[in-house]
Amino acid sequence: MEHLTFSFPSEPFTGDAAAPVMAGVVGSGNLEVLVERGEPGAVKVEVATSAKGFGATWEAVLSDLAAQFAVGGLHFSINDHAATPAVVALRLRQALELFVK
Amino acid sequence: MKPIWNHRQTNKEQRLERAAALGGRRRKIVAPDQVTALLEAVIEPGDRLCLEGDNQKQADFLAAELTQVDPERVHDLHIVQSCLTLPEHLDLFELGIARRVDFAYSGPQAARLSRLIEKEQIEIGGIHTYLELYGRYFLDLTPRVALVVAEAADADGNLYTGANTEDTPVIVEATAFGQGIVVAQVNRIVEKLPRVDIPGDWVDFVVQSPKPFYQQALFTRDPAQISETMILMAMMAIKGIYAEYGVKTLNHGVGFNTAAVELILPTYGESLGLKGKICTHFALNPHPTMIPAIEEGWVETIQAFGGEIGMEAYVAARPDVFPIGVGGSLRSNRAFVQTAGHYACDLFIGASLQVDPQANSSTAIFGRVAGFGGAPNFGCDARGRRHVSPGWLKAGREADDGRLPGRMPRGRKLVVQMMETFREGLQPVFVEALDAWKFMEAGAFELPPVMIYGDDVSHIVTEEGIANLLLCRTPQEREQAVRGVAGYTPVGLGRDRRMVENLRDRGVIRRPHDLGIRVSEATRDLLAAQDVRDLVRWSGGLYNPPAQFRNW
Repeated sequence: MEHLTFSFPSEPFTGDAAAPVMAGVVGSGNLEVLVERGEPGAVKVEVATSAKGFGATWEAVLSDLAAQFAVGGLHFSINDHAATPAVVALRLRQALELFVK
Repeated sequence: MKPIWNHRQTNKEQRLERAAALGGRRRKIVAPDQVTALLEAVIEPGDRLCLEGDNQKQADFLAAELTQVDPERVHDLHIVQSCLTLPEHLDLFELGIARRVDFAYSGPQAARLSRLIEKEQIEIGGIHTYLELYGRYFLDLTPRVALVVAEAADADGNLYTGANTEDTPVIVEATAFGQGIVVAQVNRIVEKLPRVDIPGDWVDFVVQSPKPFYQQALFTRDPAQISETMILMAMMAIKGIYAEYGVKTLNHGVGFNTAAVELILPTYGESLGLKGKICTHFALNPHPTMIPAIEEGWVETIQAFGGEIGMEAYVAARPDVFPIGVGGSLRSNRAFVQTAGHYACDLFIGASLQVDPQANSSTAIFGRVAGFGGAPNFGCDARGRRHVSPGWLKAGREADDGRLPGRMPRGRKLVVQMMETFREGLQPVFVEALDAWKFMEAGAFELPPVMIYGDDVSHIVTEEGIANLLLCRTPQEREQAVRGVAGYTPVGLGRDRRMVENLRDRGVIRRPHDLGIRVSEATRDLLAAQDVRDLVRWSGGLYNPPAQFRNW
């Protein structure tokens, strides 16, 4: 298991301030994402991955998302179940389409 | 001296005489325990021999018997057959019975074939597509002896190939009229056949094999294994390609990506109002995942290369859709349907293991020599095509616009490569250089074994979007269009972001959002069947899946 930590600039999140933004298993379960409110400013992401050596790929996937969606001030915890970057990007987009403007 | 014009006839007579000597008289039916002796009698050293190995069915009994012949008597055979599937097909080379091979596909034996080439135990003549090999059966690779397989025979040697005809007609016609010898293994010998698929005059010997011939369910895909990424790509293909070009005639490559397209026609396709406007005529094996679309009235006809295990009763009960012969079973024919796939289809869609920035794609991975099969016959622009259709003309206009003034207008086939940017094991599909080059550098091939040439590809679909290569005007644009949908692979990360955004503005690259597709809509709820059991239900109980697909 490899643990990666990232931080990216992003527009501030403007959704409902109450409770966790979203939690639990996204979609049919091959990628788990927990999203909570964190420190104001950048978006922080922690990834637990079983595939070693894909830090640069994760960084590319997540920085694109941080640029595309207003997620500043949120804290993501991701358990990737060895999903491919295609699945990761799709799952996160699916979740964000539903929760973030 | 008078010239002699019938060497081959005379030689065939001699072979038949040697065979007759075994049993004391001429007759077509041979006992199974006589087959090795028969093969030794009718085969001569150096013969070109076709041991029917198709994509699906295998002349497995005759293959096993051929490995039992005395290599002192039968040797240096030149094997000409479409598929190297069974271990026996390669045993012949290790046993010194065969020396050279011309073939089309060797998927199941790819690793072993690669080792035999390295050890120089096999000479490769050429690796073909199916149509090329069949063409050569009639010109310079006519078999002297063909060992074929059918469902049943009668005493006159008439053959019934049942629901799985595949290559048998093309092999037997080339061999019989070249004055070669045809030996058929059959599951049963009967008084009266349901229908005659191969006339008995073309068949010299028939043997009832101890076991029914081997056949694989190659085209069955369990809907339970279809992912949301595949569904997203299927939505983009339907909305962004099938609908826009009005694709009615098409071929789907085998795989989960195209199974996803098949399974969302009655749901997503229906919601777009596309029924009757797309996907009406297929060159396709009887894919079980087509059942919901057929049942919902999407499909007018499906012409099949071969049969599919478990689909026999369903197919027989839908004679408006499938070609059905007297006796009620499917008539498939690989040669004719490959021709349809090449000339009569507006679109081919398939996947590949590797794609380079010029859109060349290959399934050749180092250490495996898998051949081509039929994909290149579909996955290329049919330059000999002359009949028009709206989609073919539109593709041609897109490819031509803005090029040399006065250029002769022509249509274009839609050749679509659709796959996720990474495959299992996090292997990138998009690579800077295909492994195919390494085969050439190692001396195994005179050209890199490319499945689909980049200049034939019209569209690439990945989870990131669609690249329309027809609209690219320079080699640089084409390369950036490929990189622009290559996701987070090194090829994708190597994109020129400004140029990719420019291509997106021009509609060369389209993201799901640009197509009006929300990725959150790409869920498994869109699949008309969630699993194999649902397919059985859709078929009204007529589909009878093989045991390995029954998990309930």
